[in-house]
Amino acid sequence: MLPEIGQFSLILSLFFALSLAFVPLIGYWTGNRLLLETARPLTFIMSFLVLVSFVILGWSFAVDDFSVLYVSQNSNSQLPIWYKLSALWGGHEGSLLLWVLILVGWCSAVALKIKTLPKDIGPIVLSILGMVSLGFLAFLLFTSSPFVRLLPNAPADGGDLNPLLQDIGLIVHPPLLYMGYVGFSVAFAFAVAALITGSLNSSWARWARPWTAASWAFLTLGITLGSWWAYYELGWGGWWFWDPVENASFMPWLAGTALLHSLAVTEKRGVFKSWTVLLAIFTFSLSLLGTFLVRSGVLTSVHSFAADPTRGVFILTLLLILVGGSLLLYAVRAAQVRSSVSFGVTGREAWLLLNNILLTVLTLTVLLGTLYPLIFDALDLGKISVGAPYFNTVFTPIALLLIVFMAVGPLSKWHNTKPSVFLWPCLVSAVLSILISGVITFIYEFNLIAWLSLSVALWVVCLSFGDWFIKVSAGTKGIIPRARQLPRNYYGMLLAHLGIVVTLVGIVLVSLNSSESLLRLSPGDQASVAGYEFRFDALEQVKGPNYVADKGHFTAYKNGLPVAELHPEKRLFTTRQQVMTEAALDAGFTRDLYISLGEKLDGSAWGVRIYVKSFVRWIWLGGLMMMAGGLLAALDKRYKRRVNDHA
Amino acid sequence: MHPVRKKRLFVIMIILVLLGSVVSLIMYALQQNINLFYSPSQIVTGEAPYNANIRAGGMVVEGSVARDPETLAVSFEVTDFRHKVKIEFNGILPDLFREGQGIVAQGKLNSNGVFVATQVLAKHDEKYMPPEVTEALENAQNTSLNNTSNIQPTY
Repeated sequence: MLPEIGQFSLILSLFFALSLAFVPLIGYWTGNRLLLETARPLTFIMSFLVLVSFVILGWSFAVDDFSVLYVSQNSNSQLPIWYKLSALWGGHEGSLLLWVLILVGWCSAVALKIKTLPKDIGPIVLSILGMVSLGFLAFLLFTSSPFVRLLPNAPADGGDLNPLLQDIGLIVHPPLLYMGYVGFSVAFAFAVAALITGSLNSSWARWARPWTAASWAFLTLGITLGSWWAYYELGWGGWWFWDPVENASFMPWLAGTALLHSLAVTEKRGVFKSWTVLLAIFTFSLSLLGTFLVRSGVLTSVHSFAADPTRGVFILTLLLILVGGSLLLYAVRAAQVRSSVSFGVTGREAWLLLNNILLTVLTLTVLLGTLYPLIFDALDLGKISVGAPYFNTVFTPIALLLIVFMAVGPLSKWHNTKPSVFLWPCLVSAVLSILISGVITFIYEFNLIAWLSLSVALWVVCLSFGDWFIKVSAGTKGIIPRARQLPRNYYGMLLAHLGIVVTLVGIVLVSLNSSESLLRLSPGDQASVAGYEFRFDALEQVKGPNYVADKGHFTAYKNGLPVAELHPEKRLFTTRQQVMTEAALDAGFTRDLYISLGEKLDGSAWGVRIYVKSFVRWIWLGGLMMMAGGLLAALDKRYKRRVNDHA
Repeated sequence: MHPVRKKRLFVIMIILVLLGSVVSLIMYALQQNINLFYSPSQIVTGEAPYNANIRAGGMVVEGSVARDPETLAVSFEVTDFRHKVKIEFNGILPDLFREGQGIVAQGKLNSNGVFVATQVLAKHDEKYMPPEVTEALENAQNTSLNNTSNIQPTY
């Protein structure tokens, strides 16, 4: 009975989404305040109904209701309870329900904060969000309902969750990623609302900024967690593969980063207005494109859900309607919002323009590499894949250039900057960073690329602290009161920029200074990798709740002293008869020891991967810093003020 | 020239130079890193280039996996049920690599017609089949069906 209520609740929420999509807009055009004000209650009811069906599906998982097809496909009575609950988003239908739940969650958040917006804008923003919700609820109900029943012949037990997904990573990665992905719908809705009402002024940018920063922070965290998860779960120690689906989440991140920066210009100076609106549309479109790529199965990827052409067609249609509609609106209305303020080539506007150009170029290069196999196939030129080297070759130089400028931009002043402002800080930072990184490179015998990248990293560190110091030492007040006066926004930026540097250092050192060995080892054998001695002590059979495993016992020695014990496992999950590698890690601030069991060879020998990865944690540490920076910026006090309707 | 125009020209020049270098970088990188997929039939009939980075794939032939007793070297055959190609690989095969399963390998075809793989990919889910392999199998099946229908029984 409960699953039917869940289904019914979804159908009801579809009707509320339908009303939300049109009633407030009709109210706006006819000047009917009453209709306009239905937006808020409609949003809350729609969100509540989606929440109800989400809880019901979760309940079906918790009580092993295998008469529900989706539960029987993705869960098993042997599964620990927390994996049963997270199995809810382990497959297409449930993860789409999570998508929709998070979408309506953002809608409700906007509805709660609606008082910070002028009377007209808020309901229209909710109305646009209602349209997006309508599209996804329809997608969920018509092509992928999670409540389909297997009656009267319900299976006795379920098919189990894919063992790769039986991990803490699955519990946290998708919800956070979706928070970011879907959060850009708010910026999108603001952009479309601005186009509809024609009130595209700088206060528009001020409302959109905290929402964009918050979703950007979630997306950053989601991507970081995904990278960390792939690193320890896939068993071969990679942290980024340029897989189409990773790219699908990375493109909105790049575009969202550009959006954050152009919103700043639009808010402070009233320029780049139409560009910012376009970027907001573009960012959310990339989120939708990502959803399409993941769920249609058109690209070969480790993330792909089982392919179903009708889903692909549906979501492509949805993409075309939303993107096409908003771009059409943009084409009609954007001419009215041309900005007439001019700015100099050394002003902060110009630096942020440069940031936007480079980030857009980066987004497009990733987009091209991701879609190239599709284009190739559509033109019947053959089946191809674009290798990671393409992305590395194109992405790295542009990204480094961007990071170099990223450090200089904050020094600049709005409109125009005197060259002398840049001269000394840049000169000192350049000399310092090249020298220090030169010494490091010399000591550790790194190559030229490492020297270059480390210089760039240090350059950013020097200039960021230099900029902070210049800002706090200006004026007559002491340093500490001045430091406390600087807005949270500024500290958020500083933290995020330093996060980029930390990630950069991690990437450079992990790629250039790591040792990776593939060895053939039997219990009792020893191997030395990067100054560590690894001894394969023993192998034993162990039994887990829903698997049996070969568990290796390894001890790592440095200079004859034991530093870590590692226990990699090879698990056989009994329900699906699927084999899984469980890597063993000894995490450290400057290096990770990583062992995973490959295949069992003849006799007692195993193929074993032993890696010593230097500074790999820094990649994710930087991600966390960026996320914290984004949140700090989103929580800036300036955004909390109630907006005057006549502003 | 008028200073404003000079400024504009300067900005446009910078953007053009930037765009030019990005486009040439992309062209270069794409040329180096596009890996075409070839089915076993295409490789056997000589359609695939030698010593170029390509991808090959098919079903792993039952009983074809042979391991070196001392090292991690391994060889196996893949088939689209019309032709077979031998693949050599030095490393650790993925968890879902099994005889009778579809795989895709990346590497080069040497002059002996042996595919030397640098990477072997099997999918994360036993139900999943790489789309390239599916298509290769379908093509092979279609050609074999056509061929049999063209052959007139002679008796």
